[in-house]
Amino acid sequence: MATQSADFQTLSRRYTADKGFRAFIQKGMSGYYKKRDLNKANFQDWQGARDLAAEIKYEAINHLDKYLLEFEEKITARGAKVFWAQNAEAARDYILKVARENNVQTIIKSKTMTSEEIHLNDALEERGFGVFESDLGEYIVQLRKEAPFHLVFPAMHLTRGQISDLFQKELGSEATDEPEKLTMIARDVMRRKYCEADMGISGTNFAVAETGMISITENEGNARLTTSLPKIHVALLGIEKVLPKLEDLSLFLPMLATAGAGQTMTCYNTMYAGPRQPGEPDGPEQLHIVLLDNRRTELLADAEQRDSLGCIRCGACLNVCPIFKNVGGYSYGTTYGGPIGSVITPHLRGLKDWKHLSAASSLCGACTEACPVKIDLHHHLLQNRRNGAKSSPNPLEKISFGGFSLMMGHPALYRLAVIFGRIFQPLQSVVNGTILDPLRAWTGSRKFPTLAPQSFHQQWKKDRGGKK
Amino acid sequence: MTGGRAIILGRIREALRNNPAPRPHTSHSQSEAAADHNGHAQREWLPKVGETLPERIELFAKISVGLTTEFHQVPTITAARDLLTKIAAESGWKKIGSHSHHDVDALLEGIELPIVRTEKGYAIDDLESCEAGVTGCEVLVAQTGGIMVSVESAGGRALSVLPPHHVVIARTSQMVPDLTAAFAHAKKKYGKQFPSFLSFITGPSRTGDIERILVLGAHGPKRLTVILLD
Repeated sequence: MATQSADFQTLSRRYTADKGFRAFIQKGMSGYYKKRDLNKANFQDWQGARDLAAEIKYEAINHLDKYLLEFEEKITARGAKVFWAQNAEAARDYILKVARENNVQTIIKSKTMTSEEIHLNDALEERGFGVFESDLGEYIVQLRKEAPFHLVFPAMHLTRGQISDLFQKELGSEATDEPEKLTMIARDVMRRKYCEADMGISGTNFAVAETGMISITENEGNARLTTSLPKIHVALLGIEKVLPKLEDLSLFLPMLATAGAGQTMTCYNTMYAGPRQPGEPDGPEQLHIVLLDNRRTELLADAEQRDSLGCIRCGACLNVCPIFKNVGGYSYGTTYGGPIGSVITPHLRGLKDWKHLSAASSLCGACTEACPVKIDLHHHLLQNRRNGAKSSPNPLEKISFGGFSLMMGHPALYRLAVIFGRIFQPLQSVVNGTILDPLRAWTGSRKFPTLAPQSFHQQWKKDRGGKK
Repeated sequence: MTGGRAIILGRIREALRNNPAPRPHTSHSQSEAAADHNGHAQREWLPKVGETLPERIELFAKISVGLTTEFHQVPTITAARDLLTKIAAESGWKKIGSHSHHDVDALLEGIELPIVRTEKGYAIDDLESCEAGVTGCEVLVAQTGGIMVSVESAGGRALSVLPPHHVVIARTSQMVPDLTAAFAHAKKKYGKQFPSFLSFITGPSRTGDIERILVLGAHGPKRLTVILLD
């Protein structure tokens, strides 16, 4: 068994066994559900908005080369540099090169999952750069040397007590159980960093081809400060994030806010068309756009699952997923957790090691229903299961399903199996769930129903058989 | 350092050429709407906005309450000045940030506080130590309770986010119904020469990163005041 799969088993077992943790996550989500539903109801037609969003993403993704080139041309004309990075290493090397060439010492970052994907912080820190995450949740998990727990809510697994302890230990602050005071401690630390940092690194929520802009969505103001004060701005951008027109944002910005956090609009939605222009009073002298493939083109080549490139990383599918809510973000062991992560990770990091994630679903379809851009998530999980079975067949599974198919196709065999079942079931009940039980994978946590003394077939024959 | 431009483009083209994907199944017929793509279609799905100016102002005011934006409608510039003087005294401002702008200049006329002006460049620490930043804006967005700012209308990138209290002055003629109209305004005004920074501000800075509990003033302003001049 691959280690990733074994880790998933271990961690998910640990998290699901922790009732207090599950209740804490549920409580955190409850406010979101309420606000999300209120905001959805404000839309004249939420389903219509989803349809339109899916159409626009279809257009963008299926003409990706055209829109990327248009974006590149427009933003380059404004003085930005666009670097096309094939993989994580190329992206990291480029950013390191820019940092070195400009004698950068301190780097401030706003929230970017793409930088988690390419493990940028480790690379920068190893080479002696001071790197500070400015988003409150990201800063907390950075201090704990952890990865984000959730795409949108990185520190939602921690209590205020844990955060207070962390700040006491790492920052020498006083103990408090008030979220406001804890927030202000982080605010004060970061204020100095914004002013000192030589480089700001951000993610990108959308790129606009028509006008050559990148759009960044945030609530805290940390991304705006990160992109205003340091002399260099590096923006990481997955190749799939480009939209054709500026007006497309008038649909995507409110949809991202509603699906992602239950807000009408996120507090700051900022469009950047290049670095500081002549005559402008502030802003970075340099803007570097790192356009990242990192196997997104593999996903693009899969027409069946191509729509998953339309993902706007709102996290709505995580928030409604019964699996995510029980196993939590860390069980997935990958940057992108939850249903969308289970769909795309096998493409981005290899089917062999990550196909087990497609089983981390009850196929209830809540994710598909929640997705603002209508990605067919639960069917993609099924397709990944199929692809996994095809690429590395499990002999035991093959034999058992072959036997099952044979039995179901032959009534005589089926009847025989039922007879055997009746004989062996009492024996099975003696070893139920133990290591001797051949069905323990099922019976370990479930009851196997007792076979009826007579089958429906037999009863029918006996009671109704003679009647017309 | 050479990037993988040709390789990535090649891979994209190969993927798209070899494997066409079917259009998404949608219950509405907006293939044309998406193709038309000038934003009109989106209005049919997004939250509804009233037709008249008073309705729009009312909607903006209502959303402001939820966002904790302090919204004031004043009849004259004199009334606006009185309001600002009152806020400044109550909040104990000692220094404010501002920029050269017709309405902002009129608002700040006679105010007896040191002013850090940003339009010609400024020292970051000087602006950081201001208690408030006073700016103009491009438009106000009724649909979202938002304020569209740009380099020109808000004195650069930092003035509207670095000081802990952001005060915006706007005129009723700047009230637009929705985001689509706000983008149309920006396109009309700037043509192809957009400023490098354009932002929608929707309420004071906030976070819910600790136990999903709302805290205002995470990194940006703790207070946001909008003064609408009739």
